[in-house]
Amino acid sequence: MNPRRVKDLVASKFMFLTTILSSLIAFIIAFALFQRSTLILTTQPLSELLLSSSWHPWAGEFGFYPFIAGTLWVTALAMVLSIPPSLLMSIYLAEYAPIKVRGIAKPMVDLLAGIPSVVFGLWGVLLVVPLIRDYVAPLVGVTTTGYSVLTGGVVLSIMVSPIIISISEGVIRAVPQHVREASMALGATKWQTVKHAVTRSAFPGIIAAVMLGFGRAFGETMAVLMVVGNVSKAPTALFDPAYPLPALIANNYGEMMSIPLYDSALMLAALFLLLIVLLFSAAAGVLLARIKRGYAIG
Amino acid sequence: MDRRKLEENFFKVLMIMSTFIILGGLLSVLIMVLLRGAPALSISMLTQTPKGGYYLGKEGGILNAIVGSLYLAGGATVIAFIISLPTALYLNEYASRSKLASFTRQSLDVLWSIPSIIFGVFGFTIMVYVGMRASLLGGIVALTLLEIPIMIRAMDEVMKMVPLKLKEASYALGATKLETTLNVITRQALPGVVLAILLALGRAIGDAASVLFTAGYSDNIPSSLFDPVASLPLAVFFQLGTPFPEVQQRAYASGFILLVMVLSLSIASRLLTKRFMRYVIK
Amino acid sequence: MKAINLFKPHISIQKLNVFYEGRHVLKDITLDVPEKRITAIIGPSGCGKTTLLKSINRLTDMVDGVKVSGRILVDDINVFDNGVDVINIRKKMGFIAQVPNPLPMSIYDNVAYGPRIHGVKDKGKLGQIVEHCLQTAGLWNEVKNRLTEPASKLSAGQQQRLCLARALAVEPEVLLCDEPTSALDPISAGHIEGQLLALKEDYTIVFVTHVLRQARRLADYVIFLYLGELIEHGPAETIFNQPSDPRTKAYVEGVFG
Repeated sequence: MNPRRVKDLVASKFMFLTTILSSLIAFIIAFALFQRSTLILTTQPLSELLLSSSWHPWAGEFGFYPFIAGTLWVTALAMVLSIPPSLLMSIYLAEYAPIKVRGIAKPMVDLLAGIPSVVFGLWGVLLVVPLIRDYVAPLVGVTTTGYSVLTGGVVLSIMVSPIIISISEGVIRAVPQHVREASMALGATKWQTVKHAVTRSAFPGIIAAVMLGFGRAFGETMAVLMVVGNVSKAPTALFDPAYPLPALIANNYGEMMSIPLYDSALMLAALFLLLIVLLFSAAAGVLLARIKRGYAIG
Repeated sequence: MDRRKLEENFFKVLMIMSTFIILGGLLSVLIMVLLRGAPALSISMLTQTPKGGYYLGKEGGILNAIVGSLYLAGGATVIAFIISLPTALYLNEYASRSKLASFTRQSLDVLWSIPSIIFGVFGFTIMVYVGMRASLLGGIVALTLLEIPIMIRAMDEVMKMVPLKLKEASYALGATKLETTLNVITRQALPGVVLAILLALGRAIGDAASVLFTAGYSDNIPSSLFDPVASLPLAVFFQLGTPFPEVQQRAYASGFILLVMVLSLSIASRLLTKRFMRYVIK
Repeated sequence: MKAINLFKPHISIQKLNVFYEGRHVLKDITLDVPEKRITAIIGPSGCGKTTLLKSINRLTDMVDGVKVSGRILVDDINVFDNGVDVINIRKKMGFIAQVPNPLPMSIYDNVAYGPRIHGVKDKGKLGQIVEHCLQTAGLWNEVKNRLTEPASKLSAGQQQRLCLARALAVEPEVLLCDEPTSALDPISAGHIEGQLLALKEDYTIVFVTHVLRQARRLADYVIFLYLGELIEHGPAETIFNQPSDPRTKAYVEGVFG
């Protein structure tokens, strides 16, 4: 056979292999985590694992509730804090900002997205913790160390904003011009057009952006770990400390091997994390794919 | 009429405020770390490894972490590249509309969203299974898993945009798929490919959760793949955790160094891609 | 049809049918393309002219969901045969697209690309080929001092001549041109037309055009397609002055299309 054809064939086989490998990695990881979790799943009922607050690994008790609650508190707060400003900023960048402003703001947001997690954690420790401890808490009459759900939520919200902004801004910009024209032709102001017509068209994309942001927030480890207190009790108030799942895993990997079932429990925590993130990213993916295929106006 | 205008102006103010808050947040991260880190910044921080009493406040620097991060991220980037470039090319030129392509892309989307701590956990599981200890190699494996979806996604985006007419020109001259792929597609997509590599590299340098379990930590620069290795993010984390203010200040300085490395990589990548645009057909 | 024995067939198309995702784009085309002549494929837009052209060098392979039946014989080899390597077929045919499509490389590399992939390594030889082809395409004088510049910097007319040079560099026997001047200004178009006329001494040229005047200027042989069907084909004189089919007459007189 022609040597050029031989090279072509060999190369395509190699590329095929790398593609197969790449496509399977996610499955292999999920499988490995599942396999290591089976131990604890077979020794304790799932309901107890999820709902019990009793976390005493050395006594064989693994109630994940405080950590699940902690994760939910921090993540929910981060989303609440992040979504309104992010959406407003996305709309501003997409519809109102002059080109020069957009030209500076957008790269800045991308740069923000690249800041390592530990640096956000540092910032949290240096700025947010004292802020909460010395200013915000006394304002509402609470004493706190500053390491709390609120702190974690604030730090996480600024980490999640770039994702929401960059996707939302893109989706809003992509709304076809004729949607805007139709609204303006009816005598609507620019804001009314944006508020009713444009965002409605962009809605699925915005939801997808929020979902991806949520997924990121849920799994974020370092920055949150550094500011949230890490106390194994479910939080009951914003100023309480919390102990999210990723932080649990990160803090205890060292002791995993020494206590029976501990490593399996942490694998279960990791699996749980994986499944939630998977769920949200899959849902977001479906939404985004639907958008790419065509706009449903209204 | 008035009411509509009022509402519009109200939201305009809110929008601008939001923009300032968010961008202000970014700047405050940079400024905070710079201000608090600058006093502890010195040449020895960059050029020495931790000596005897480093964690108690005595001499040394974080050269171990700087070099360690470069080894970890560098190694992972090379391996990820070897897997990612062929895959991206395959998805675009060889398997373009096939089920394999959409399956792979969806799978990679999932992989992209996976929190980095999961890669650390997975890496650790594999290491325990084969009896490997926390080491440079372990860290590289975990970081490679982190980098692959980032690289492939970025490369895929660029390759999708290579105009059909370029490929047509190449095939019309009697080129094979491989020749067209290597000579035309890669060349046209080169700026994007370079960007993808630098993007993934930057992400890897900054990640702590995946190397936490897998790379270990060390005050020395590793001399083999099986030695534990320090990394900048972990250096920040560990130094912050000590009770000594001098060491904590070094944590800020380390954070600053890390930030500078990652951000300059980001900025450099934008500038660099312009260089690679020379032969690209618009 | 009378003067056909003066034309020696180079390409023989037999019962060619092409389907794009079920759509019947070319219906039962049978004709011979004469050697070392300029053949024009004419007809209204969307009638399959480009598809016919692209079938000859199997660029239709690049389309998803394409199905082809029939044969195209070039030098007695059916291009669709299983045993045939398409890269050899394509080497025999130069292809010039409607919109100039320089490769993302320097001017020199654009022309050298073809010979390089087909095995020419010697720098001296490549240099000779590049110079010769750029001269034949009438571009040499304008670019001889800036061969390393990106091809994208050339004007559209220059780019199209570059594409011509590039096509010639692989030493084809046939030149396939898909509306080669429709994206160019009149002066550049004139250049290209001039080159094609000069080239027919050595190459069999087939070009698609929707500009009847151009066909009249250049063609020795004409193929008229309408809605995927071969309506009529023959020497240019016959088709333009005494067409047999009323549809041909109507098109050629500008009644439609």
